[in-house]
Amino acid sequence: MSEQLEFRRAIRDALDEEIERDPSVVFFGEDVALPGGVFMTTPGLHEKHGRERVFDTPISELAMAGAAFGAAVTGLRPVIEIMFGDFMGLPMDSLVNQAAKFWYVSNEQASVPLVVRSAVGAGGRFGAMHSQIHGTWFQGIPGIKIVGPSNPADAKGLLKSAVRDDNPVIFLEHKRLYSTKGPQPTEETVPLGRAAVVREGSDISIVSGLRGVHDSLEAADELAADGIDAEVVDIRSLRPLDHETVLASVAKTNRVMLVEEGTRVGGWAGNLLGILAAEGLHDLDEAWIVATDDTPAPYSPTLEDAWLPGAAEIAAAVRERLGVGAPS
Amino acid sequence: MAGTQTERAHDRQDQPGESAAEYLDRYGRMRLIRSFEQEIQRLFVKGEVHGTTHLSAGQEAVPVGVCSALEPDDYVAGTYRGHGHALAKGTDPEALAAEMLGRATGVCGGRAGSMNVIDLAHGLVGCFGIVGGSIAAATGAAMSAQRQGRVAVAFFGDGASNQGYFHECLNWAQVFDLPVVYVCENNFYGEFTPMTSVTAGGEIGIRAASFGMQSQVLDGNDLWAVREAALEAVARARGGDGPTLLECQTYRHYGHSKSDPAKYRPPDEVDRWLARDPLDLARARLLELGLGEEDLTAKDAEIDDQMNRAVEAALAAPYPDPEKDSGSEFRG
Repeated sequence: MSEQLEFRRAIRDALDEEIERDPSVVFFGEDVALPGGVFMTTPGLHEKHGRERVFDTPISELAMAGAAFGAAVTGLRPVIEIMFGDFMGLPMDSLVNQAAKFWYVSNEQASVPLVVRSAVGAGGRFGAMHSQIHGTWFQGIPGIKIVGPSNPADAKGLLKSAVRDDNPVIFLEHKRLYSTKGPQPTEETVPLGRAAVVREGSDISIVSGLRGVHDSLEAADELAADGIDAEVVDIRSLRPLDHETVLASVAKTNRVMLVEEGTRVGGWAGNLLGILAAEGLHDLDEAWIVATDDTPAPYSPTLEDAWLPGAAEIAAAVRERLGVGAPS
Repeated sequence: MAGTQTERAHDRQDQPGESAAEYLDRYGRMRLIRSFEQEIQRLFVKGEVHGTTHLSAGQEAVPVGVCSALEPDDYVAGTYRGHGHALAKGTDPEALAAEMLGRATGVCGGRAGSMNVIDLAHGLVGCFGIVGGSIAAATGAAMSAQRQGRVAVAFFGDGASNQGYFHECLNWAQVFDLPVVYVCENNFYGEFTPMTSVTAGGEIGIRAASFGMQSQVLDGNDLWAVREAALEAVARARGGDGPTLLECQTYRHYGHSKSDPAKYRPPDEVDRWLARDPLDLARARLLELGLGEEDLTAKDAEIDDQMNRAVEAALAAPYPDPEKDSGSEFRG
């Protein structure tokens, strides 16, 4: 059996291979080149590929995204790192009004091959301004793809697909996954826009993303002890939103719980549940969402742990809703 | 990547002693922009142009002077007051008019409208509806241009000089020695508000100094002055010596947009600027250079004819068909 792949290594290898493969790929961001990234995701790329391909930038997220957009429509394929997803408010104009609209508004004169990587998510005690997941901020914008892996193999395959994609892609890397390990990829790339069934089951579909997939899998193991056979779906992409894979799962289980690290109002889970209701109501006996509390992410470990939907909460929610296997 | 140009272009400096005929053509391009804006105004009143438009009449010398210093494959990013930017860079007047009219033959198939024109075939990476957006687009295009031996130009107004785009991108371009020329069309009003009441430091050009960037403040109604400054800045960019900020002082003849009668501008100020109409200045200069009134009249007639034919063809063009022209959000 081959050695397990670390998540952060998967990110690095994907970038390394794509920079090697395509001379138009450039990678830049704050502290990504000489320092190798604040989460140590990109060490050695600058040394290997040179300063024309991999370089450090000013702390100027708006200029970074705008420059990447302008470069992307004139022949380069930029990958940028906006260090924390929370910083995405700053470059939002360029991404929303320039990158996302160009292909359509230009009447398809050119598209915008651009990837925006960021570390996202809570649980690291980083506080309210370094713990958010910005995927849903962009989910209502036509023309921009949003993907996020839950395991190293997907991290590598999805990032390689994102770099090769001709459209702007927002790439979410949950910071509590960087040190996790998993099997090596079996395919060169993983297609964007497709959810994945990561655990088969017959009684309920649990749909989550990023770190939440791990919590859901852990909860599914717990529930198995109570005789509940849960299927777990990794949503992987927020736009396009693969409701078909979820509908197929729900057709089998007739129950769905969506687990989101984010708020119930304005989240991807609510979006997805709306589509499931419209297109699969006949298959649904139960459908609900487990989300974070409606406050910013707190700092203190006790508060943050309670704020996040963890494995125990996910399992408890299923038992309560289904009225089975409740621990005494 | 700083200071590198893998494919440096040949020396494109113009020869001294340019003929009056070449300037007559540039005057003609200015006249084309003026005629275009007047036509758009007329068509708006008739209900053929929709939403809003931002007319650039009065500011024609800036884009024409700057673009006269560029090669066809150089990049330009314009603003929502961008008809002149597009026409100066070479966009077909008929395709541009059709775009304003929302027709299928528009340069963007009717998807863009007045504020968001894109014409990559002529190096126009876009006109941007958000104040300052063009600055970023040109800065990014300059990153490609640096590798291609090309130059990028950003047109923007005085209002944009107070946006984050301006400060972040000028720093960025200087740090990476990008081949870009930042052309501020200072028309002294950000929408309805006088520039001087919301812009610290008096001139915009001097802001370049804080980035160690070359700059010049000049008469934006003087085609010759704009062209000379642009030639110098473009040569600097193409030669690998980095960006330049040009503050071109000018004035718009119309209000900010279609809904604005511009009553906030003092009448004597308006009169002063109208007396310095860039077209009149160019005509006077061309006569000094030895052209006759008949040369100018003939050029005007040629432009009028071109404009009439463009508008006629645009008006005859079909609207996009929602059944087959609605498009998709992604490529591939």
